[in-house]
Amino acid sequence: MSTEPHIRMSAVRKTFTVRQRAGRIRRRRVEVCAVDGISLTMNRGELCGYIGPNGAGKSTTIKMLTGILVPTSGTIRVAGLDPSRSRLRLTRRIGVVFGQRTQLWWDLPLRDSFDLLRYVYRVPATRHRANLAAFSELLDLGPLLATPVRQLSLGQRMRAELAAALLHDPEILYLDEPTIGLDVVSKAAVREFLLQVNRERGMTILLTTHDLADIERLCSRVIVIDHGHIISDGTVEDIKTRFGDVRTLVVDLAEPCPPLDVPATEIVQVEGPRQWLRFQRDHTTAAAVIAQVADQAQIRDLAIEETHIEDVIRRIYTESPATDTSK
Amino acid sequence: MVEDRSGPIELAGIYRRLIGARIRADWQYRTSFTLLTAGQMLFTIPDFVVVAMIFDQVPRLAGWTLAEVAFLYGLSDLAFALADIFVSQVESLVPLIKQGSFDRLLTRPMSPLIQVSAEFFALRQLGRVVAPILALGLAVSWLNLQWNAQRVLLTVMALGAATVIFSALWIMTSAITFWAVDSSHATHSITYGGRFLTQYPLSILGEWLRRLVIYILPLAFVAYLPTVVILDKPDPLGLPRALGYASPAVAVILAFAARAIWATAIRHYRSTGS
Amino acid sequence: MSRPSRLFWQGFGYPRKFGTAGPRQSTFSVWLSLGVAVRLLWEIAQRGFRRYATYRTATLAGAFTNTVFGFIRAYVLLAVYQSRADVGGFNVVDAITYVFLTQALLAPVDIFSGGMNEIGDRIQTGDIVTDFYRPVNFQLYWLASDLGRSTFQLLFRGVPPFVVGILAFNLTLPSKFLTWIAFLLSATLAVVISFGVRFAVSLSGFWLLDTRGALYVLGAVMMFFSGFLIPLTFFPPWLETLSRVLPFAAIVQVPIEIFLGKRTGGELGVTLIGQLLWVIVLLGVSRAILAKVTRRVVVQGG
Repeated sequence: MSTEPHIRMSAVRKTFTVRQRAGRIRRRRVEVCAVDGISLTMNRGELCGYIGPNGAGKSTTIKMLTGILVPTSGTIRVAGLDPSRSRLRLTRRIGVVFGQRTQLWWDLPLRDSFDLLRYVYRVPATRHRANLAAFSELLDLGPLLATPVRQLSLGQRMRAELAAALLHDPEILYLDEPTIGLDVVSKAAVREFLLQVNRERGMTILLTTHDLADIERLCSRVIVIDHGHIISDGTVEDIKTRFGDVRTLVVDLAEPCPPLDVPATEIVQVEGPRQWLRFQRDHTTAAAVIAQVADQAQIRDLAIEETHIEDVIRRIYTESPATDTSK
Repeated sequence: MVEDRSGPIELAGIYRRLIGARIRADWQYRTSFTLLTAGQMLFTIPDFVVVAMIFDQVPRLAGWTLAEVAFLYGLSDLAFALADIFVSQVESLVPLIKQGSFDRLLTRPMSPLIQVSAEFFALRQLGRVVAPILALGLAVSWLNLQWNAQRVLLTVMALGAATVIFSALWIMTSAITFWAVDSSHATHSITYGGRFLTQYPLSILGEWLRRLVIYILPLAFVAYLPTVVILDKPDPLGLPRALGYASPAVAVILAFAARAIWATAIRHYRSTGS
Repeated sequence: MSRPSRLFWQGFGYPRKFGTAGPRQSTFSVWLSLGVAVRLLWEIAQRGFRRYATYRTATLAGAFTNTVFGFIRAYVLLAVYQSRADVGGFNVVDAITYVFLTQALLAPVDIFSGGMNEIGDRIQTGDIVTDFYRPVNFQLYWLASDLGRSTFQLLFRGVPPFVVGILAFNLTLPSKFLTWIAFLLSATLAVVISFGVRFAVSLSGFWLLDTRGALYVLGAVMMFFSGFLIPLTFFPPWLETLSRVLPFAAIVQVPIEIFLGKRTGGELGVTLIGQLLWVIVLLGVSRAILAKVTRRVVVQGG
């Protein structure tokens, strides 16, 4: 088995020339850099999250990895192939799920879509049947097979899209916002499925999302991108540690008090007798904060909230994008 | 491991299934389907009726009789109808791009051209072959000619070549809309304009237009030049008769040109994302 | 009064007069509401105009295609006139002018009827319900919008091909100012007649849900019987008579005949009145259908 990374991007840049209005008639050509020197590698079987604010360059990256777009400079190797040259060959080895666009046939029963994909990808009948059975079971698609796709709910359709993307046994799966707009149950089903598929089939998965719960549940590794640069690449724990572990002490006082003044803490919220104090792990300890609060007021009850990844990510987004702290 | 590239027979099979899916989906809207099919037939019949009415007023048009023009019309319009059924779907590419649904096609192991042809396939357009086939039938019965093997073969070849020429023109003009988005109406001047133009003898056109459709936009090779040879008609324009046999060659050249332009358009899309 | 007639008159806003209860309105308030309505319709027409004005490249491309077709059709007719000097009262100059006039009018009168699919689409999505809640009459709303569109397309898709035609061929233009006025009047009526037909057919969407098929058939019929493909005067006499009985002739053939000076004096007046009658009939029929539809929509809850 090759030790070559499954996906490798080296110093990839992508610029677009956009025509902007300059005055009433004339247009000015402006160069927009969507991706500015990204290098990353993924090994076979990794389940990696790819997050960033809107316009950061996530979709552009995915499009380059799938061969839809050709990079302006830099090299890309996916499953040993160059997507810009071997696009057609690569399509057999990858599966793509675009959150907002469907790849199913709208007016026909779901089963027909699966059948057609078998022909499009030329999957041997036995393999197709086995995959379909497995996915129907895992994603509970059995009762939906006879329903026209247009009548499926969003959650049902997304489960179907997942199955559709994997019917041809791709090596790599790209997901672009797969849980967007889904209800809690469907989200859980999707996440479970991805974990299982990653575990049992060793599928390499790259997932972009705005839902940070996806990241926490699924990803061993998270890449954060902003303004076309990677600003962080590591495990979720790494990110939490590196970007400051923020904890919150929620304290119920005996009676409402003015906001407490405790060194190295920040009052985030006050609601009657309850106050939220935020502090950083490396600046002070929970014990010290509790002691200092007890000095100033009478505590009835307390709780400590751990780092919310939202906060971490928000801090990363708002910090200077020029710092490249990837390993 | 499955072969990476599909052979033509396999591709035809996949295409057949994809079209089948489209037809089944359309069939769900039955009333609309029947009305549209009727509409397709209705749309093409008036063209021929107009030709007939013209000949009601004058005995000859630029030296051509009704039977001869009927043949011209039939040959041209039948080729156009066939190209329309299988290739005209390329026109839907630009709206697809605007919607953002084109990327999906690039992630599949099939040419986007074939995918788009199957995706927007409209069975109802078969209605368009009725009028030209009728016209051809009438022409053959009115013309006083011997239909030997050579003549039939020439006609069939001309029909095939004409279909390829129209198809190539469609692909080329649609590929150009990758750059000049929203100019799709202008491409109609070449596709539908070409259809209209080729229904009539070349000699009616002004000198400049005649030269254009012989040397630059080879519409003259669609119906007029082959017909002159097939019907054994003296050509009032005095063009070399060999040109009448050249339409397959022209078709091949145009097909290659279409392929090149299409590839360039896709390359452009992949580097600019629009 | 019979029910259909009551519906008919209700459509023109005469509820009080024919038996349904309604508050008594003073003359002043009637004029005031009329003024407001006109102003509103003017705004709607402007919006229709501006909507199409945003499609600059498409309009340009459309004008180009119209011009190309104009040339080809002109050549066909020139070939016809090599054998004869006069066909059905048209000489060669008339015929070529005719060609470029049809090319100019094709977009304004929406001869292919594609534009009306918007109503069908709105029915399918259900958006159509909001149209009924507007302060403006449903039919008048769409009419005003269509007139806005039509004006834009006449100016930017109609005039250019015609100008090219003048430069490239020998065309005839009306010498009398009155003829120009009459033509413009006739063309406006033609657009409204075209609207009437297209609108009535598009209402079938309330039953069929998809109007594309019906409008497609209408487009084919309109193209043929309006004299758009070739002048009705080229038709065999029996077919010409039949065509002139239908409203389609009033959409293309009639305005062009006025332009070419084929209708003068008293005949001109009669022609224009004839067009006006078609307007009334068609709009009335649509209103009747609409009344039925409104009841159905309200009952079903959209």
